[in-house]
This record gives sequence, structure tokens and C-alpha cells, in this order.
Amino acid sequence: MHMSFVMPDFMLAAPEILVLGMACLILVVDVFLAERNRAVSYYLAQITLLGAALLTYAQLGGETRLSFSDSFISDPLSVLLKLFIYVMMLGVFLYSRDYLRDRKLFKGEYYVLGLFALLGMMVMVSAHGLLTVYLGLELLSLSLYALVAFDRDSARASEAAMKYFVLGALASGMLLYGMSMLYGASGSLDIATIGTYIRQHAGTDFVLVLGLVFVIVGLGFKLGAVPFHMWLPDVYSGAAAPVTLLISTAPKIAAFAMVMRLLTEALGNLHTEWRDMLIILVLLSLAVGNIVAIAQTNIKRMLAYSTISHVGFLLLGVLAGTADGYAAATFYVVTYTLMALGAFGMIILLSRAGFEAEMLDDFKGLNERSPWFAFMMLILMFSMAGVPPTVGFYAKFVVLSAVIDIDLTWLAVAAVVFSIIGAYYYLRVIKLMYFDKPVDETPLKAAFDMRVLLSVNGLAVLGLGLFPGALLTWCANSMG
Amino acid sequence: MLTDLPLLSLVIWVPILGGLVVLAVGDHEPWGARTVALLVALATFALSIPLYTGFDTQTANMQFIELAPWIPTFNINYHLGIDGIALPMILLTTFTTVLVVIAGWEVIRYKPAQYMASFLIMEGLMNGVFASLDAMLFYVFWEAMLVPMFLIIGVWGGPRRVYATIKFFLYTFLGSVFMLVALIYLHYQADSFSILDFQDLPLGLKQQLWIFIAFLMAFSVKVPMWPVHTWLPDAHVEAPTGGSVVLAAIMLKVGAYGFLRFSLPITPDASHELDWLMIGLSLIAVVYISFVALVQEDMKKLVAYSSIAHMGFVTLGLFISFDLIEHTSSMQGAALGVEGSLVQMVSHGFISGAMFLCIGVMYDRIHSRQIKDYGGVVNTMPVFAAFMLLFAMANSGLPGTSGFVGEFMVILASFQANAWFAFLVATMMILGAAYTLWMFKRVIFGPVANDKVAAMKDISRREFIVLGSLAVPVVVFGVWPAPLVDVMHATVTNLLQHIAISKF
Repeated sequence: MHMSFVMPDFMLAAPEILVLGMACLILVVDVFLAERNRAVSYYLAQITLLGAALLTYAQLGGETRLSFSDSFISDPLSVLLKLFIYVMMLGVFLYSRDYLRDRKLFKGEYYVLGLFALLGMMVMVSAHGLLTVYLGLELLSLSLYALVAFDRDSARASEAAMKYFVLGALASGMLLYGMSMLYGASGSLDIATIGTYIRQHAGTDFVLVLGLVFVIVGLGFKLGAVPFHMWLPDVYSGAAAPVTLLISTAPKIAAFAMVMRLLTEALGNLHTEWRDMLIILVLLSLAVGNIVAIAQTNIKRMLAYSTISHVGFLLLGVLAGTADGYAAATFYVVTYTLMALGAFGMIILLSRAGFEAEMLDDFKGLNERSPWFAFMMLILMFSMAGVPPTVGFYAKFVVLSAVIDIDLTWLAVAAVVFSIIGAYYYLRVIKLMYFDKPVDETPLKAAFDMRVLLSVNGLAVLGLGLFPGALLTWCANSMG
Repeated sequence: MLTDLPLLSLVIWVPILGGLVVLAVGDHEPWGARTVALLVALATFALSIPLYTGFDTQTANMQFIELAPWIPTFNINYHLGIDGIALPMILLTTFTTVLVVIAGWEVIRYKPAQYMASFLIMEGLMNGVFASLDAMLFYVFWEAMLVPMFLIIGVWGGPRRVYATIKFFLYTFLGSVFMLVALIYLHYQADSFSILDFQDLPLGLKQQLWIFIAFLMAFSVKVPMWPVHTWLPDAHVEAPTGGSVVLAAIMLKVGAYGFLRFSLPITPDASHELDWLMIGLSLIAVVYISFVALVQEDMKKLVAYSSIAHMGFVTLGLFISFDLIEHTSSMQGAALGVEGSLVQMVSHGFISGAMFLCIGVMYDRIHSRQIKDYGGVVNTMPVFAAFMLLFAMANSGLPGTSGFVGEFMVILASFQANAWFAFLVATMMILGAAYTLWMFKRVIFGPVANDKVAAMKDISRREFIVLGSLAVPVVVFGVWPAPLVDVMHATVTNLLQHIAISKF
């Protein structure tokens, strides 16, 4: 047998290489920066995002290509998801800058860890082998564990980091165990090869289904689907607001990419099996997420439970198992993260030195303090509730369409019933902002760029609701 | 020519964009915000007039059609058009909004710009509901309507406004999401979101029944029909005057409009199959709710219950048509019922709006809605009392007012269907007179009840304009309903021919 070393196509991974290089550069540069010049690290991080976005944008519209012995892929889906991950990270860095500075947390490590997390996400998105998936996932997870513990003097943050780490490690173990079974059965780590193997041997190989169960458990943990959601509210409320902002946005896109690579590309022929498992996860997530959120008084915990319910909707699109369903789930994940970015951005906006706007009551009377940002939050909340003409409505609409298309109308009905229960707690936020008198009269202070970006963020949720056509088409086309 | 303009788009978007302009003007200049709001409302009303003058009453086809692709992946289009059912509703909306803006002129002190903007945006969304020919476009407008109304009740409402507005929102949201599921299902059957395609789509009885029930959940909450009416007295009572007017005059009509546009033509066999249920619920609304209205001590609540009873007439008129088509060889009787319902919808828009405005006039003076706090108002406010007498008479269905025409047509039609229906529904004439006039007597007549009433001043010129412009159509359509009926006749006949043919 003739073996030869094929030079990998490094250009395919150019954005990843740039992010890695810049993360190392910032790590070094930051050491030599005087405290007053700390902003240099921030600007370098933002420049990295722009550079990566340009390099990824150059791949837009290109065909699917593999590299690094077929373990790395660049396809329309990966380009779309990466571009949205950059947008999220850009928002995260910008929203958190002044918050960190006010709390003496404005350190280069935040950006270094943030960029390593970004690199992990990019690897997950472009993974085409089980090991690459795992490599990206662990790079992301370890960066996030460290970020949660970033405010080292906060006991709550340390506790949250510990919980996150223990449960996250458990989940990674599960996933790895499942992967080892898939490898054992198929003899390959390559996603396409596993897919082909399963097509030929589905129904004969019990170990495949067993592996599938472990993979689903691992994915459920990472996404935060019930019953694997226990870490999520504690981590969201324990971590500092900028870290919660990060965890709740871009990594959701990466986790979705992992679901797509593993479930649809590798295990697509086991659709009947995983569909039923996902139905259970979906129903539980929708029920627990929406009902428990009602009882929350802390807005970060409320949004954590809201995330759980949105994960339920996201999986609804995936479980349809059709190209329309995958496109719907893609649309759901990018628009949901856009809403989450705005909502956590609002929390940061209302916080100031020595004051954390963590409780729902901190939103009281916002319409009197700042009608404009109250209106932005109104848009975001109605969008999360799925009320037109915001983009959240179309996100729900497309996943429901996908489910009704495969004749699971009862599931669609169940989903809308839970979304009505969910509407209540979003309405409560609007009630606090518009119908109640302010408790705290301090005027809002925020940098100009933060105000602009937060406004753009809110208006994008409305604008994409009025004209969702282009993004829907893009998502549909990214399914190849 | 005026009719070459995209008039329907204009009556939708001029008020919405105008509302945003009002928001931008802001509360620093309440006078400026009010003036802009009034100009926008007047401009929208002016834009809706060529819809009437340019309307061809001879055809049942959609007119003023606008069609542009909107969301190509789902074949959703920006598709507008009106027929004889939608046109009167749009005119009613643009007319009522002008009055609401004037009625809120000095009364609203807290954030007037946001108040005016909410009503203008609301107006555009309601026009959108009536003009949409694409089911998704319809649904977007339908749901978006909840947002401004939620804020109107919650921000400017009475003491229990938060409870009322959340109940209102969740109730109506619950109803409509089932409609969404039904619409998506229909999309996969018809491969289109066009309402006209849905109407021509063949469907089996079982499918139709499910779809009908989903629609029923959405529309019956909006109408509202007994037993899902309980949000309405709360919402009406707590809403500011303008909110009550828009709720009663237009938003309730949206539910009945939904029956006409969706339930009857898309699921005619299921409507036929379940017409006993609809007739039963309508009769309960008419008779039982009238008795409930009789015992109310709060004037707004009384008018709210009276609205539910009047809407019972509307749904009755719509759903007896199957009986009539079956039992009488001609469409005449059925057409009478449906046209009666439509006339009742328009007339109730004027009358209930006027009643709420009258209560608002008194509330602005002594801040009470309780009947017992009033008495002898005629002594201090004679001009007002005269107006209120007219509207109270119209609310009880006195001949010569528009309230009589619709009710009489529906009673005549129901007599042909079943004499018992006619008997029960006609009790409304008596009960309606009883609760309305009894309230009128206690509030307006008698000796001056207390010092507060003694200090009441008669209506200002602004209030005179508002009540006067409602009195005119109440009387005009009472003695000469022909212009209204002519507009809808061709459409109604076509609709009845459509529903008379089974879809499977």
C-alpha cells in the first residue's frame, strides 16, 4: 500500500490560525502594557475578530472543502455559523469593556481566554472528525471554566466555576465514551466514514445505538437541555455579567454546530432513534424552562431558564431531520443568540460600579429613566416570547413549520402551549419597565459605542422580523 | 389619479410611521406630539376615503390589490386587497382613530406622545389585518396588534390595569397560536400562504374540523364569545377611554372578520357541522350576558357586557346561514343574516365607541365609573345628556338608529331559520333596552345626586365634536343603511355561494 504525506490546505484554516496567533500575541503584549494602556488588548482582540471575519468572508459562497486528513471542513454552514460567532464575540467584548473596567477586572486574560474560547468554537464548527470535535469542545470548555472563575475574589463565581467544571467534565466524558463506541463499531474517526458505515449497518449494530445515547447525553449537557440542565442557572447567575453574556451567546452556536456534525452528518441514518430521544428532551426543556422561569426573581436566572426553553425549540428544528428543519434550527440559533446578546447587554447597561442590575426589580420604571432603552428591551422581550413583528416569531415559525411538515402536529401544539406559559415572564419584564415607577433614579451611563451597538442589536431584532427573507434564504442555502 | 396610489399600503404604513414620528417628537412638547398625531390620523382617514369612492360594488373580487414577494423561502407575499367585508372595517378604523386622538387630547397627561403613538401604530396594524390576503401577513398584523394594546391598558389604565392587561394578552395569545399551527398546516396542503388559495383548497371533514377548532380558539377569544369572554370586562374597565373605544369598536370586529375570512370559506363543512355549537354559544351570549349586564354597577363594565351580547348577534347572523341555505331554496335569507351581522359590526363600532366616550366624558370630571356616584347629570350637563340619550337609545336598538338595522336584519333571518332562535335573540331588544335605559335613568335623570355632580361642566367644544361626529353616522345609517349594504352585497352573495358547496 502506497502512503504519502499530503500537505494540508492551511488556507482553509486561515481564520483559526489568525485567532490562535493573535491570542498568543495578546498574551505576550499584555504583560508589557501599563495599566492605563490596557485598552490595547481590547482593541487587538476586536481587530482579531475583524480579521477572522474577513478571512471567513472570503470563503463565503465557496464549495465544501476538506483539509487536514479530512478532519477539518469548510462548508456553507461553517462559514455562516462562524460569521455569527464573530458578531457575538464582538458584542461581548464591547458590552463588557466598561463593566470590567469599573470593577478592576479589566485584564488581558479576559481577552486571551475569550479568544481561545473563540478558537475552540471555530474548531467545533469546522470539525469533520470525532477528535476535532472533541478538541474544539475542550478548548472552549476549559476557557469558559477559567472565565467563570475570572473574578477570583467572588465566592459565588468560584462556586459556579466548580459546578461548571465538574458537570462539564462529566458531560465531556459521556460524549467521549459515546464517541469511542462509534469508533469501535465503525473503525473510523472520520464523520463521513462513520455516516457511510451506519448507512450500511443500521439496525444490525447495537453498539451504535448505545454510542448514540451517550453522544446525546453529552450534547444535552453542553446545550443545557433538560434533564441535563442543572449547571446552567447556577453558572449564569454566579458568573460575572460579561462572562454570562459570553456563555449564553456564541457557545450556543458552536454547540449547535456540534449537534449538526454528530447527529445529522455522522448519525443521520439513526434519525428514527435520536428523533424520539430528542422529543423527550424537547418536551422536558420546554416545560421546565418555561415554568421554572416564572418563579425567578433574579433576571440572570430567569434568562437561564429561558435559554433552556429556547434550547427546546432549537432541538425541535433538529429533530425534524429534514433540510428545512436544519435550516430552521440554524435560523433559530443565530437569532436567539442575537436576542440573548441584547438582553444580557441590557443587564450590563443597567449595572454600574458597585451596583449589579441582577434582580428583575432593577428594571422597574425603565421607561421613565430611558424610554429608548426600555423600548429596546421591549423588542427583545417580545422577540423572546415570539410575538411578531420581531425575529423571534419567525424563529418559532420556521421550527414549527418543520415539525408540522413531518406530521408531528401534536408536538407543535405542545410547543406553542409552553411558549404561551413562557410569554408570561417576558411580559412581566415589560410590565416592570413600563407600568411600574422607578425605584432607582440614577441616570444610565454608558459609553457611546455601547449605546450604539445595543441600539443596533435591538433594532436588528426588529428589522430581521420585518425582513427575515434574506437570512432565511441564507440558512436554507447553507444546508447544501 | 388617487386610486393609482398604493392606498392600502398607505393606510397601513402612514399611521405606523406617523406614530414613530410622534414618538420622536417626544413628551417635551406635548402640544407638538398631539398635533402631529392628529394630522397623521386625519391624513390616514383622508387616504381611506378614495378606497370607498373608488370601490366597485358590483364585483366580489378583491380590489386595490398589491402583491410583492416578502419571504421567498416560504412563499410568503406582501399581498393586500379588500372586498366588501374589509372595506367598511378599514373605514371604521381610520374614522375611530381620529376620534380617539381628539378624545385623548388634554385628558392624557402622562407621556402623551407614547399614548398617541400607540394608537396610531395600532391603527396601522388593524388596517393591516383587514387588508391582508396572505395568511402570514395577516397573522403578523394580528399578533402585533397585541403589543400596543398591552401597553395602552398597562400604562394608562385604571387601578387593576396590570392584571387586566396581562390577562388580555395571554388570553388572546393563547387563542391565536393555535391558529398559527392551523395556518402552517394549511400551507403544506396548499403550498401557498394565500388566503384565497386556502379558500379553494379541498379538505376532508376531519381536517376541516381540526382547523375549524383552531380558528375558533383564535377568533372566539377576540369576538369574544361566551365562555371565553372573561378578559373583556377586565380589559374594558381598566383601559383608558381611548383603549376601550378601540377595543370595542374595532378589535372585537377582528374576531368576527376572522370567521368571515377564514372559518366560513376555508372550512365550510366543519362550520356547517358545528353550526349548532356556534348558534348555541351566540344565543347564550345574547341572553345570559344581557342579564349579567343588567346587574352591573360599573358603567364601563355594563357597556362591556353589552358589547359581548351585541357581538352574539353578529356570530348568530353568520352561523345561521347554513340552516338558511339548506331550508330555503334561495340565498336571500342567508344573505340577510350575514349582511345584518356586518351592519351590526359597523353600527356597534359607532355605538359602543360613543358609549365609552360618554362614560369617559363623565369620568374625566369626577373620576368615578360607578353608577351610584351619579344622578341628575342632565341638570348640569344638558347637551351631554342629549347625546348620551341618543347613543343609549341606539344601544337598545331603537328604530331610526343604526343599532336597529343590524339587529332587525339578524332577527328576521333567524326567524326563517328557527322561530325559537328569533324569540331568544329578540329578548335582547328588551333586555338591551332595560339595562341601557335603566343605567341612563340612574345616571342622567333624577335630582342632582351630590356636590361633585353639581360641579360638573357641560361638554367642551372638543367633546362636542367627538360625540357629534359619532351621532351623525348612528342616525344616518339608521334611516338610510343602503350605502353600507350596497358595498357588501356582492361579496356576501359570493361568500354564500362558496360555502354552499361542500369541499369534499
